[in-house]
Amino acid sequence: MLRVDALREIYPELERHIVVTIMGAVAAELYALGHRPNFFYMEHSMGLASSLGLGLALALPGQQVIVLDGDGSLLMNLGTLTTLARYRPPNLLHIVFDNSSLVSVGGFPTATASGTNLAEMARAAGVPRVLEAETPAQFRAAVTQALARPGMTTLVARVEASGPASYRLDLDLLENRFQFKRYLDSLRSSS
Amino acid sequence: MPVSLEGARRIYEALKACDIRLVSALPETWLVPLLRLVEADQEMRLVQVAREEESIGIAAGAYFAGLPSIHVMQNHGFLAAINPLVSLAMLYKIPVLLLISYRGSWGERDPWQTQGGLLTEPVLRALTIPYYCLRREDDLTRRLKEAQALALSALHPVAVLLTREVLWEDEEP
Repeated sequence: MLRVDALREIYPELERHIVVTIMGAVAAELYALGHRPNFFYMEHSMGLASSLGLGLALALPGQQVIVLDGDGSLLMNLGTLTTLARYRPPNLLHIVFDNSSLVSVGGFPTATASGTNLAEMARAAGVPRVLEAETPAQFRAAVTQALARPGMTTLVARVEASGPASYRLDLDLLENRFQFKRYLDSLRSSS
Repeated sequence: MPVSLEGARRIYEALKACDIRLVSALPETWLVPLLRLVEADQEMRLVQVAREEESIGIAAGAYFAGLPSIHVMQNHGFLAAINPLVSLAMLYKIPVLLLISYRGSWGERDPWQTQGGLLTEPVLRALTIPYYCLRREDDLTRRLKEAQALALSALHPVAVLLTREVLWEDEEP
């Protein structure tokens, strides 16, 4: 499965929810599918997208938060799985695109290439619902399942180690940050 | 030589006065009485992290969501959180209120705390993070409110250091 095809499958869901991505290919591909003010592309501090998503989900219990994480990022902050599992906000969906590779920096293999299993790690950490997907149809079904019934979910999706031609977004970091903040402020004032 | 329960209660009251609703923390000896008070408070959410870096991500999420928060850690934990302070909080102009127990400074008896103690203030200065070392006679509510106000107006991390004289009851030297 190509990550961009997986993203395309669930784009209608992403449009409606608060989305936080890691840097690199995921950010560039989602941006190319269509930017929304409810998308925050965390262009650095690898590993912390899920922590940022946890803060959002705990603070906004009435909103669905979706984090788009990756194997390289998650491996840099494995403790986050234990924190997510401990507080398990039911409105948090943590998607991990696992391509066994640091594709954005040239494709060096990560530990998932030699047997580390992130879904099993999430289960062992105590994440209440762990799903896996290898095809776009499975991926869509898993996201639908996760969003239909509240419950903190980690979804590990196997994707190919390929990315877009360019990682540049035609959007300054701070422009994205202020737009996202203003969007969330307006959500709160209208609720 | 116990942790000062009175000091912990004064800090907790200052957090209440700042309307802090989310407290992320990695517990350590000096911080336990304060975190027990936070945990028992129905209006505050305690999020215990496995590593201090997580706290900076949680801080950004809480800020975006409009929830007043503070992030409590030992100074060695602050040293562990430098990268996200730089590449998340400062890069994205996110206010983060840090409450840091200042080990390894005046009166320290544990040798293992001393190197971190020597480096805490120089590293804060190098990062351009404004900081204030609380003294026993301080109006803690005023100092915490000032730190919170500066973080929000500067869109920058600000640190309040919990010194031994605020949090520890030493025997007479």
